[in-house]
Amino acid sequence: MASTVAQPRAEAANRLGMSRQHMIYFGILIAVLVVSPFFFYPLFVMKTLCFALLACSLNLLLGYGGLLSFGHAAYFGAASYITAWSARDLGLTPELAILCGIGASVLLAVVFGSLAIRRQGIYFAMITLAFAQLVYFASLRAPFTGGEDGIQGVPRGELFSLIPLASERTMYWFVAIVFMLALFLMYRIVHSPFGQVMKSIRENEPRAISLGYHVNRYKLRLFILSAAFAGLAGGIKSLVFSVATLNDVYWEMSGEAVLMTLLGGAGTFFGPILGAAVIVTLQNQLAPYGAWITIIQGTLFVLCVMLLRGGLVELFGRIAGLVRRSN
Amino acid sequence: MRESSTELQVHDLQGWYGESHVLHGISLTLNQGEVVALLGRNGAGKTTTLKAIMGVLEKRSGSVLVEGRETIGLPTRQIARLGVAFCPEERGIYSSLNVAENLRLPPVIKPGALSEEAIFDLFPNLRTRLRSQGTKLSGGEQQMLAIARILRTGSRTLLLDEPTEGLAPIIIDQIAVTVRKLKQMQFNVVLVEQNLRFASEIADRHYVVEQGRVVDQISGSEFVSSRSKLNKYLGV
Amino acid sequence: MFEALGFSAPAFFGQLLLGIINGAFYALLSLGLSIIFGLLNIVNFTHGALYMIGAMVAWMLATYFGIGYWPALLIAPIFVCLFGIFLERVFIRHLYQLDHLYGLLLTFGLAMIIEGAFRNVYGVSGLSYSMPEMFQGSVNLGFMFLPLYRGWVVAVSIVVCLATWFVIERTSLGSNLRAATENPKLTEAFGINVPRLLTLTYGFGVGLAGFAGVLAAPIYSVSPTMGANLLIVVFAVVVIGGMGSILGSIVTGFALGIIEGLTKFFYPEAANIAVFLIMAIMLLIKPAGLFGRTS
Repeated sequence: MASTVAQPRAEAANRLGMSRQHMIYFGILIAVLVVSPFFFYPLFVMKTLCFALLACSLNLLLGYGGLLSFGHAAYFGAASYITAWSARDLGLTPELAILCGIGASVLLAVVFGSLAIRRQGIYFAMITLAFAQLVYFASLRAPFTGGEDGIQGVPRGELFSLIPLASERTMYWFVAIVFMLALFLMYRIVHSPFGQVMKSIRENEPRAISLGYHVNRYKLRLFILSAAFAGLAGGIKSLVFSVATLNDVYWEMSGEAVLMTLLGGAGTFFGPILGAAVIVTLQNQLAPYGAWITIIQGTLFVLCVMLLRGGLVELFGRIAGLVRRSN
Repeated sequence: MRESSTELQVHDLQGWYGESHVLHGISLTLNQGEVVALLGRNGAGKTTTLKAIMGVLEKRSGSVLVEGRETIGLPTRQIARLGVAFCPEERGIYSSLNVAENLRLPPVIKPGALSEEAIFDLFPNLRTRLRSQGTKLSGGEQQMLAIARILRTGSRTLLLDEPTEGLAPIIIDQIAVTVRKLKQMQFNVVLVEQNLRFASEIADRHYVVEQGRVVDQISGSEFVSSRSKLNKYLGV
Repeated sequence: MFEALGFSAPAFFGQLLLGIINGAFYALLSLGLSIIFGLLNIVNFTHGALYMIGAMVAWMLATYFGIGYWPALLIAPIFVCLFGIFLERVFIRHLYQLDHLYGLLLTFGLAMIIEGAFRNVYGVSGLSYSMPEMFQGSVNLGFMFLPLYRGWVVAVSIVVCLATWFVIERTSLGSNLRAATENPKLTEAFGINVPRLLTLTYGFGVGLAGFAGVLAAPIYSVSPTMGANLLIVVFAVVVIGGMGSILGSIVTGFALGIIEGLTKFFYPEAANIAVFLIMAIMLLIKPAGLFGRTS
């Protein structure tokens, strides 16, 4: 009796390609998203989702590829600008505008990525930072970005020319659905053969090379995928807030993305989402206190590196372990 | 209270590389003016023993008395300053230093160290190569340099790890001459060697090391008569 | 001759001088970064914040204590050095066994804390630091006017850089440093106190940054954010030059400053991104950097 009840569930897990535990997490996430608008401002949750997506995109590269990008703001911000400009000045519908934004990120990623992967580790991080700064300076000067003011008054438009996104509720569902789809796509990538190869590269690159894998090609593909997801996050963000600014391409944004990933748990799948939630909440609560946000974020960095390298996921794991042991 | 002539007393020395337990209780003694050889197959733990005595091994336990003083808990640099000097298997000549800098790098630890003149008398080749980059020297010259620089420190207890490895017979003879002179000068030497002929000519006593343990002790006079036993130990 | 080519000599040389001065700061900072990275294997993101502290200390000495430029030139670097030693002992030294990236993340966090703290107190706008009297004014060199202070900055930077090079390459302290960089375990087996060497090296490296900060105070705007943007350019400099060689860092720093200055003269829009573009080109041709060794 028990086995026949268990079977359909196990089959469902296999069809989606994920473990039971992960299905539960996805389920919890969906439930949280459904329920959130009743407890939190939709704008706040949408902001969290955008940054969660950014953090997850960074984690794709860092946790699963072993590459720390300190310049993800370039892809986030470039997409933000292009989406905003497409929507406002070209009059594109939101889905097309976002696709344009992602296109811009991917383009940048192809150029920057192919150069950056020629170095490893710290050099890679510094190079990505430098390229992001290049995008920042370009954004400062470029005619269509509006310089210090940014691109303002970005219309949310009508999705597929059918569904107006002006209302917070509708926009929220759009963002939530896109987020879950993107997350699921990321999950499939991580657990695909491509993901397995990346894992082996991350764990023992010389061995992967000796096995015949074109390691740099894989790294570049992962880099581009990561930038695409970051671009998606940036594009959505510019539609949610109707604005694209220099902040989106500034190095502090890159640093915040890294912090969210680190704080949540780099290398875990859901950790960065947690990290993003914490940081966005922190920023919201501390908004009136100006530079204290920077100080606290810096402190979180230091604490994570010194004491909690696995982030909150590790912390919860340890607490769960303690609870289990005391029972 | 130690016997005044025991320079090095190792008792039940255990050692680990990370999780890997490599030394399972090494015990040996080194008396003043003695040359003691550690013999054994590759991977037996001879080099690891030297590293453990020197404090370079990650994790160790047991007892290592240097001139009666317990050093098992001390950091490497303090063990060096007690008068123990290490000449590693790969010689450890720095490529970013020239010969003179390599020679002068180890600080003088005890009075009575060899002066540079005395060192150049022992190793005349070095005198002409002072400005060369350290690693531009031949293997034999690098070995001479590695020995020379620890003689400059005043350390009396020398741990030599395979000083003849990879060297031509003529050079090996030179090193044999040098180590004999060191013995005459009352240095205390622990010598790790694969080259049995070299070891037999130099050492007063031999310890046979197998899988991280001392399994036998052979005095210099017994060496020839124990040859077949040794060959079995070494799988020759 | 210059007039024939269509531009004025004083403008050209003026811009070139500004380029050399930027280059001086690039050299001083990338020198410190290289030294620290070479021995400690840490990419010191805090470097920019410590440079800023050097400038702020000079400003605070002048504003709160009436202490002038010349004492500040000594006090500020020493203060930054001591603060750096504190950071190394309390935070950084615990990371030596770990992946290099953790050092970058830690120093990034420390930089945020430092910058945030100063921003809280002093805001983001620049504070002014008055030019020491003896350097006010310029001297006419014929083809250009050389502001005395800027000439001083170039001269003293070159002297400090060369002195650092000399200490590292030609003294016994330097050989200890180079030996510890190449083989820390063996160096310690000779009785040399390598951990203390690491601490002092970090202190010295950031001391150089603090010194640069004081030099910068009279000519650049002293503000809590002055370090961050400079540091990112210095990172690019370091990638171009490779962090292997002391002389390489110095030469690359000055060279890139000069190239940036020339770009500003001929094609101002691209000046900000010149260094990054050169970095991109370097990655194409010789990823290890001009003076780097591919490990």
